[in-house]
Amino acid sequence: MKPEARKALIEPIIENNPVILQVLGICSALAVTSRLLPSLIMSLALTAVTAFSCLFISMVRKAVPANVRIIVQMTIIASLVIVVDQLLRAYLPEVSRQLSVFVGLIITNCIVLGRAEAFAMKNGPWLSFLDGIGHGLGYSAILILVAVVRELFGTGALLGYPLLPLRSAGGWYEPNGLLVLAPSAFFLIAAIIWAVRSWKPAQQEKDEFRIHIVHRTGAS
Amino acid sequence: MEHYVNLAIKAIFIENLALSFFLGMCTFLAISRKVETAIGLGVAVVVVQAVTVPLNAVIYHGLLKPGALAWAGLSAIDLGFLGLITYIGVIAAVVQVLEMFLDRYAPALYHALGIFLPLITVNCAILAGSLFMVERDYSVSESIVYGVASGLGWALAIVVLAAVRERLKYSDVPAGLQGLGITFVTAGLIAMAFLAFSGIQL
Repeated sequence: MKPEARKALIEPIIENNPVILQVLGICSALAVTSRLLPSLIMSLALTAVTAFSCLFISMVRKAVPANVRIIVQMTIIASLVIVVDQLLRAYLPEVSRQLSVFVGLIITNCIVLGRAEAFAMKNGPWLSFLDGIGHGLGYSAILILVAVVRELFGTGALLGYPLLPLRSAGGWYEPNGLLVLAPSAFFLIAAIIWAVRSWKPAQQEKDEFRIHIVHRTGAS
Repeated sequence: MEHYVNLAIKAIFIENLALSFFLGMCTFLAISRKVETAIGLGVAVVVVQAVTVPLNAVIYHGLLKPGALAWAGLSAIDLGFLGLITYIGVIAAVVQVLEMFLDRYAPALYHALGIFLPLITVNCAILAGSLFMVERDYSVSESIVYGVASGLGWALAIVVLAAVRERLKYSDVPAGLQGLGITFVTAGLIAMAFLAFSGIQL
């Protein structure tokens, strides 16, 4: 595999992660993660839509005039999302109901449109396809990490199989109710951001203001 | 009447689009550095939401719902699968028309809202408003109330977050949490505060 192709595929996973560094596609990353199964399906759906929309948009990029490009991109993305939505409804109706509006919201997921605009309009189809898969995987990594923590420690089970025996069923584990509720996703993503940025200080943001002690009174 | 008031309170506080469904998060986190800009964006969202949700409700009830084409003698046809592409098309068109209309007739408002309007097309809170309308099968009059109220809820959330962030920039945050990280924690705490509303029975 050529170095630039590998870069397009691997870099978005940690170095340039769409969710925690580029602040894209956060809505669904927070909303569907209370259970692992919907998160897996959502990751798969988003990766497929991003990869194929990048592929198709890159294929037509030379034929599209610049001033109607957003509409063309939106149409391609919306058509792909309709295909995914209909497939889910047909084969996985249960998961489709759990995800409710969030499959449809892939249309307005900024990762998809952002990659189409920033990468697929400038690069060839194969490279764009890999870039789409890379960003899909970066998104999936965060989604799955958050979902595993929330489901395992919130309910004591993973994919519905009980792993930590609950106290209410005679075991030892007292489930953490907060993790099932919506706000915990914010704290978990903040923790992931903190961990990744401590590991890679290049990603840290600069302070807007420097805080320093101007003078001390005699009391101390 | 009581039904509509309940619907509005539910949409603003209990089922707040930003804080309990996490919709429109990208703009919610990116454009909340200053209260002034947050208010501008909030007003733009309310306006667009108040126009697009009822419009999509009319389209849904008149054309797309299973059996909705009975008036044309085509009662067996279900155009539901065209929903997504129709709603996003309507939203993009409404935003474009609104932008031109404001530019022509209300230049002051256009200059205040202008930069936010294009952002709104890709704000998932707007599309979600229409999708929730379909999922919960709101009638056209319910959808007007729901559109305005859900927009207000989102605006309230972003203004609150911006107000906290304005204060926060003078505080000493650990280097790894600086910026995005601490914003997530703040939003999480605000979302927890909003959980208190979920106990309200309407």
